[in-house]
Amino acid sequence: MVQLAFYAFAALTLIGAFAVLFTRNVLYAAFFLLLTLLGTAGLFVLASADFLAIAQIMIYVGGVLVLVIFGVMLTHKPERPTDASSQTPNRIASLNRVGTSLSRVLPVLVAGGLFMALYTLLRRAHFSLLSRPIGWESTIRTVGKQLMTEYVVPFEIVGILLLAALVGATYLAASPTKSSPHAAR
Amino acid sequence: MQPVDSHLFLIVGAALFSIGLAVVLFKRHAIVVLMGIELMLNAVNINLVAFSQYDPDRLQGQMLALFVMVVAAAESAVALAIVLQVYRHFKTAQLDELNELKQ
Repeated sequence: MVQLAFYAFAALTLIGAFAVLFTRNVLYAAFFLLLTLLGTAGLFVLASADFLAIAQIMIYVGGVLVLVIFGVMLTHKPERPTDASSQTPNRIASLNRVGTSLSRVLPVLVAGGLFMALYTLLRRAHFSLLSRPIGWESTIRTVGKQLMTEYVVPFEIVGILLLAALVGATYLAASPTKSSPHAAR
Repeated sequence: MQPVDSHLFLIVGAALFSIGLAVVLFKRHAIVVLMGIELMLNAVNINLVAFSQYDPDRLQGQMLALFVMVVAAAESAVALAIVLQVYRHFKTAQLDELNELKQ
């Protein structure tokens, strides 16, 4: 039963990732990324990381993906003016890289070679850690305890980092032409 | 609840990382390249969580995965702001067309 759920979530993750790779439409790629992120959250639950699964859904699906979709919409230049009654879906093309055939073969070679190398490595490697018995238990209590004791300094630092990054992103994304009325003083 | 063999998590993570790398190398739109980076970060998180199962007292892997998530959120916010400014300047977000230093 758990094995079946694992294979289902792994298939969801990998199919979503392959669809991101093969689709030509940026908006569809964003929605397939949603599939991948949800599948990853399911894998987290099966690896007894239930808090991380919820955090994954809230941060990635609720935050990052919405940002990405905003980015797609804001950097879209329609080829021709469309009327609102049009029924065809908006097509935002992400063409594959142009150039010689080498520039198309090279990514496949690099990524496929990396996967084959990692796969053979994982098949041959013998982790003594992985032969230990494990059980499934909720980790929320431990995560909370660790965040407030052992990892309290990184926790605060990452909070400051996030604040600085979000303020910086807001400042960067603001339109430079429009100055606020207070800036004139 | 019978736990899943951890080798499978590692293989899924390896596959996801390779696909993310292929997306980064293959795609031309800046935002899709960012999506590839997110895929690679997710693959790393799967690996960390898979190994963290064997450390239920300290959960170092899960804590690192949590921090990776926060840093990824910050990274994507800043990167999208930069892509937005690049789009305002060059009127395109296709990476191959950004070939001038000054316009």
